[in-house]
Amino acid sequence: MRAIVTVIGRDQVGIIAAVCALLSEKNVNVLDISQTVLQEYFTMIMLVDASQATVPFARLREDLAQAGKERGLDIRVQREDIFDAMHRI
Amino acid sequence: MINTNDILQTIRMIDHQHLDVRTITMGINLLDCCDPDPHAACRKIYDKITASADKLVKTGEDIETEFGIPIVNKRISVTPMALAAGASRTSDYVPFAAAMDRAAKAVGVNFIGGFSALVHKGMTGADKKLIAAIPEALAVTDVVCSSVNVGSTKAGINMDAVRLMGETIKACAERTADKGGFGCAKLVVFCNAVEDNPFMAGAFHGVGEAERVINVGVSGPGVVHHALQAVKGQPFDVVAETIKKTAFQVTRMGQLVAREASARLGVPFGIVDLSLAPTPAIGDSVARILEEMGLEVCGAHGTTAALALLNDAVKKGGVMASSSVGGLSGAFIPVSEDEGMIAAAQSGALTLDKLEAMTCVCSVGLDMIAVPGDTSAATLSAIIADEAAIGMVNQKTTAVRLIPAPGKRVGDVVEFGGLLGSAPVMPCHTGGAGEFVARGGRIPAPLHSLKN
Repeated sequence: MRAIVTVIGRDQVGIIAAVCALLSEKNVNVLDISQTVLQEYFTMIMLVDASQATVPFARLREDLAQAGKERGLDIRVQREDIFDAMHRI
Repeated sequence: MINTNDILQTIRMIDHQHLDVRTITMGINLLDCCDPDPHAACRKIYDKITASADKLVKTGEDIETEFGIPIVNKRISVTPMALAAGASRTSDYVPFAAAMDRAAKAVGVNFIGGFSALVHKGMTGADKKLIAAIPEALAVTDVVCSSVNVGSTKAGINMDAVRLMGETIKACAERTADKGGFGCAKLVVFCNAVEDNPFMAGAFHGVGEAERVINVGVSGPGVVHHALQAVKGQPFDVVAETIKKTAFQVTRMGQLVAREASARLGVPFGIVDLSLAPTPAIGDSVARILEEMGLEVCGAHGTTAALALLNDAVKKGGVMASSSVGGLSGAFIPVSEDEGMIAAAQSGALTLDKLEAMTCVCSVGLDMIAVPGDTSAATLSAIIADEAAIGMVNQKTTAVRLIPAPGKRVGDVVEFGGLLGSAPVMPCHTGGAGEFVARGGRIPAPLHSLKN
């Protein structure tokens, strides 16, 4: 299952490393990354493949949100289909 | 990969503009639960509902988690109970509502609709028993919703039923007087009721439907309002285009959720209902969309035209986004459930007459409106007749959900809480309609109903 991870918040050292470490720990493969920093405001979008994940999707979602909270970031994961449905015909 | 801005737009819609799926509603046929013994019938009804919908709430929550989109309500609609209960040898239909209530609570849904009767042309014995049971049924249950269809374009308006429903609404308010007449918030009187409506309180599983079906109601007044803020001052063509695009996106999301729920539950997908359903939350109001089009306050002259444009553009945008559109599909204007409507009604800008005019051009009708507690049953019936006439002549669904709040006068506010919000008590006309309502009989169907 392909999903989109979004990370939004104040820029700081090690955001990408932390998120990637967490994903790798759960055997979630990163397929693509794009990131921008606008006025210290960090936005990262990752396309991931969670089909081989070692934890259920709900757990992955909670762990990412928790990791975000610890760093003052908003991290979420949603299935890619929702964005496809809303933005592609 | 999908464009970053598109992803962020979706997230903003969910976080800040109240984008959500308003309801996943499972329709369940109860015709096979008929039994001469009412206890056996109630047991069959309970068993069928709980067996059919045991995974509904969990499935809704799973989809919510995976897609990151809130699904506010999980609900059930059943066959109009007057049809399922008719075979039972009893004159008391309250136990059927109690069975629905227990089953709904056992599977954890918010509401169950279908304590209903379809009497647009005439009333059967079962229909009369069901209507007689409504005040008690809505008082002793928590999540059961009731609806009665009193008219249609094809059949005309059953004025005997209209008279009965005025009295029933009044009895409902008195029976739940300790809760501000809350029973009335769970009772809808329809003209041209639809069989696949997923929204409460008017949902029921029509007899033309399959054994079970999944219907989804989308929402999104906040998203439309936000989109219109970006086109301030521009011509109406631009306004209509903007609404259409937004409605398309919202409906695609609803269609995805509906398909997913249908596949996971192994229940056929029915329809997506493209309705703009407001909530009392700030930023989730239909009234504020109308004001965004340039009206100082909802209820001002121009409101009907603004609503007509909104209602039409929502349908045009949504219809291409879903494989099957149905239900009520349009803009809802429930006064107590819409922060902007509440404010407009309290300031006196929005009146019952203006709301009646608005119901000519949008889906449904006079919805969640509190009127003074001393409003007579005949006046309530006359309001129902007016609204049913609008539906009958315009070949559309209209509904009346009025709360004659016991002991309350114009200017008071009735608090219902949650999605039902708070209703400012609005004045009705004082001229009596007693003789008009007492005539009974049937208002004939209009000429344009003869299409064959």
